Amino acid sequence: MKEISCKLLVVGAGPGGYVCAIRAGQLGVDTVIVEAKKPGGTCLTVGCIPSKALIHAAEEFEKVAHMANSKSLLGISLSTPKLDLAKTVAWKDGIVGRLTGGVSGLLKKAKVKTVHGWARFRDGKTVEVETETGIQVIRAETVVIATGSVSVELPSLPFGGPVISSTKALALTKLPEKLVVVGGGYIGLELGTAFAKLGSKVSVVEAEARILPQYDAELTRPVAKRLSELGIEVLTGAKAKGLSTKGDALLVEAADGAEKRLAADKVLVTVGRKAATEGWGLEELVLDRNGRSIRIDDQCRTSMRGAYAIGDVTGEPMLAHRAMAQGEMVAEIVAGHKRNWDKRCIPAICFTDPEVVTAGLSPDEARKAGREIKVGQFPFSANGRAMTKLGEEGFVRVVARADNHVVLGIQAVGHGVSELSTAFGLAIEMGARLEDIAGTIHAHPTQGEGFQEAALKALGHALHI
Amino acid sequence: MGEHTIKLPDVGEGVAEAELVEWHVKVGDLVREDSILAAVMTDKATVEIPSPVDGEITWLGAEIGDTVAVGSPLIRLKVEGGAEASEAKAQTSAMDDGQEEAPLADNLAEEGETVPPPPAKPATAAPVKTAAAKPAAPVRPAARPATAGAPRAEGEKPLATPAVRLRAKEAGVDLRQVPGSGPAGRITHEDLDAFIARGPQTARPTGLQRNDTVEDIKIVGLRRKIAEKMALAKSRIPHITYVEEIDVTALEDLRAALNKGKRADQPKLTVLPFLMRAMVKAIAEQPGLNAIFDDEAGIVHRHGGVHIGIAAQTASGLVVAVVKHAEARDLWDCGAEVNRLAEAAKAGTATREELSGSTITITSLGAMGGVATTPVINHPEVAIVGVNKMMVRPIWDGTQFIPRKMMNLSSSFDHRVVDGWDAAVFVQRIKTLLETPALIFIEG
Repeated sequence: MKEISCKLLVVGAGPGGYVCAIRAGQLGVDTVIVEAKKPGGTCLTVGCIPSKALIHAAEEFEKVAHMANSKSLLGISLSTPKLDLAKTVAWKDGIVGRLTGGVSGLLKKAKVKTVHGWARFRDGKTVEVETETGIQVIRAETVVIATGSVSVELPSLPFGGPVISSTKALALTKLPEKLVVVGGGYIGLELGTAFAKLGSKVSVVEAEARILPQYDAELTRPVAKRLSELGIEVLTGAKAKGLSTKGDALLVEAADGAEKRLAADKVLVTVGRKAATEGWGLEELVLDRNGRSIRIDDQCRTSMRGAYAIGDVTGEPMLAHRAMAQGEMVAEIVAGHKRNWDKRCIPAICFTDPEVVTAGLSPDEARKAGREIKVGQFPFSANGRAMTKLGEEGFVRVVARADNHVVLGIQAVGHGVSELSTAFGLAIEMGARLEDIAGTIHAHPTQGEGFQEAALKALGHALHI
Repeated sequence: MGEHTIKLPDVGEGVAEAELVEWHVKVGDLVREDSILAAVMTDKATVEIPSPVDGEITWLGAEIGDTVAVGSPLIRLKVEGGAEASEAKAQTSAMDDGQEEAPLADNLAEEGETVPPPPAKPATAAPVKTAAAKPAAPVRPAARPATAGAPRAEGEKPLATPAVRLRAKEAGVDLRQVPGSGPAGRITHEDLDAFIARGPQTARPTGLQRNDTVEDIKIVGLRRKIAEKMALAKSRIPHITYVEEIDVTALEDLRAALNKGKRADQPKLTVLPFLMRAMVKAIAEQPGLNAIFDDEAGIVHRHGGVHIGIAAQTASGLVVAVVKHAEARDLWDCGAEVNRLAEAAKAGTATREELSGSTITITSLGAMGGVATTPVINHPEVAIVGVNKMMVRPIWDGTQFIPRKMMNLSSSFDHRVVDGWDAAVFVQRIKTLLETPALIFIEG
């Protein structure tokens, strides 16, 4: 097969890789992208998007089931709903298909050549791709490593049989009667909540002392409360030991040291993700590492000249929007622009019920950084829109420097707060002070008013509390 | 709304005026009872002025560095209840902050609405100290002060929007070097334009750069006091400085032994208490050196009490804490008192009394003491003893060099009333006492 030579080669067409390729193509850089599966990566095919589809379906189902129980405060009653999970999954796959098709189209439009197959680095400038029609060699002036991440496997619970990863969980066509989730991080809780709403009996096993340990307890309290309302059993400080011999239960060492059996049709292991650094010839490149991940500088350059790395393979935070921003930046650098990573914050969202949003520093992190701070917190229980949506749980919290009121961080927990991440990120990137947020008219009635009120609160004159 | 005026209180016995050294508030600030409003400085001590009431600052009566008479108005506050607010309002609208709000409030008032006191006021009053009012029109680059210098603390990320950051990157400008005129020092597009227009020598310095900046520092407070005192001492007093070296090997052995065997409640001894006791002994033979020279009256006041001033470096400058009646204190007591006063002086809690009334002074720079110094007499005293760095030096004992711990004393005297001979006798006496420290403790 004839060798391909190009200016830029992107290995991996996840959110980081495809954005990088599209941007490079827009800028007239001769670009090739290699992907073994469908473009879109974890995010589009087995992560963000499909999980949100399942979460939405579960939410809707739970809503109507709640109404069918004639418990609805809204005065709506109906007969017991039924779920056809296979149909739900087909609908979800449809969305995924449309999006991945969309990405292929965008790549084409940007004149990026896509090579399907598994890539392996021969050296820093050359890649061999196993395509359906044979080995394709690609030579490039510059390479971007965007191989992403994979689910972490527990040695005591290898994937297979009833033990599944998040990828498999999103493809289940039959609802597990009893589901045990190992790992109380955001992936486990998002999926665990969804399955509980669809009707599974869900238990969560978390090794740390509380769920979502990366957030402060105040922020996760409404989530923990809702889990218990949904009948999800949460075991904290507990260790998963392995499957029972019959494979129908998970053996757990509880916080008090007692052995416990949790009956399970499926065991979903979501104990984190790790950089995908195996199987594509990283060892040929001898790149500096940062733990498992590839070490990068503020331009996403690796220790090898002409080799960049972006996205999950470069470590935490493993978020699609970080990868996209990195991809865009690298494409522009390759096209000769002066760029470096100067982002002030990477917002993060946890699509639990209720949702959790963080941008910038939490109060604890700000204090640890030696800042004197002002904190303003406004509860949704005092917000009209939240009341009309039956979503009074949660709050918005603003953290600002005490001396000049520049906003350092914003957190929120509550129904639908994921959409507030836009405002939060913008405020921090723009260098907003408390007065800027307080002085911006926030349309009424919206949950966003809580943001303004939190800023006013930090300034000492909240109006609605 | 009423008005409350705070006058400069009586800050110390016999003090008629004080220098304003710091404002803790500015116009528009809301203060609570007991919040610190300002700091003033008397001859020696700094006194903080607390607020007696809750209220909003409407007027500040002095600038930093001004001398304010006791009893003159210092601050005006708007307080709840009481008299008419018209005066305060007139002042508010005349002021820089909040002038945009004022017309709006007036309009509403004309329409017959009840206008609460504008709550926007505290919000618009910037919590950062802006150096000067920012004109509405963009400032021409040339009009900017060249002294802007480093616009923010080291390690601080420059505050700028993503669009400004992108433009700076493309223009090759390091935003850390760009002063920001926006709120909280935010760098605006105009700031960046101005910075680029100012030329390449500031845009990205490489290699050695000329620095034409001049930073003006107002000499106020303690620094001004020091300046005045030094000028007075050096212009009025013809100094004679006498340097002698002292073998402190025996003294150091004694000091080490005493420190080793000391009780827990006793201070760790430095060289100072020994020197103080030696000076007391020497002064007993030469009372003319423990004196205050009133040169206008032509009188030397010889003091019976040996009040030894100890020059101490503090964060804001040099202060002299005074160990009263060293003649009545033993070694340990001298040491304890020096420690206590040094702590108080460093913490800024030393009282005016503890910082005045010395009759002779010791100055010591410790490990920084150098080989010799020319100490400046603490006017109107007539003598000052300076301690230099102790170091091991080879000394010829007649047959060989032996290592000895040596330390110089650099002492200055007022040559109008102290002859060189007397000065030498005094220092030689101290030398004898320190070299054979047992003599310090032998009475009679």
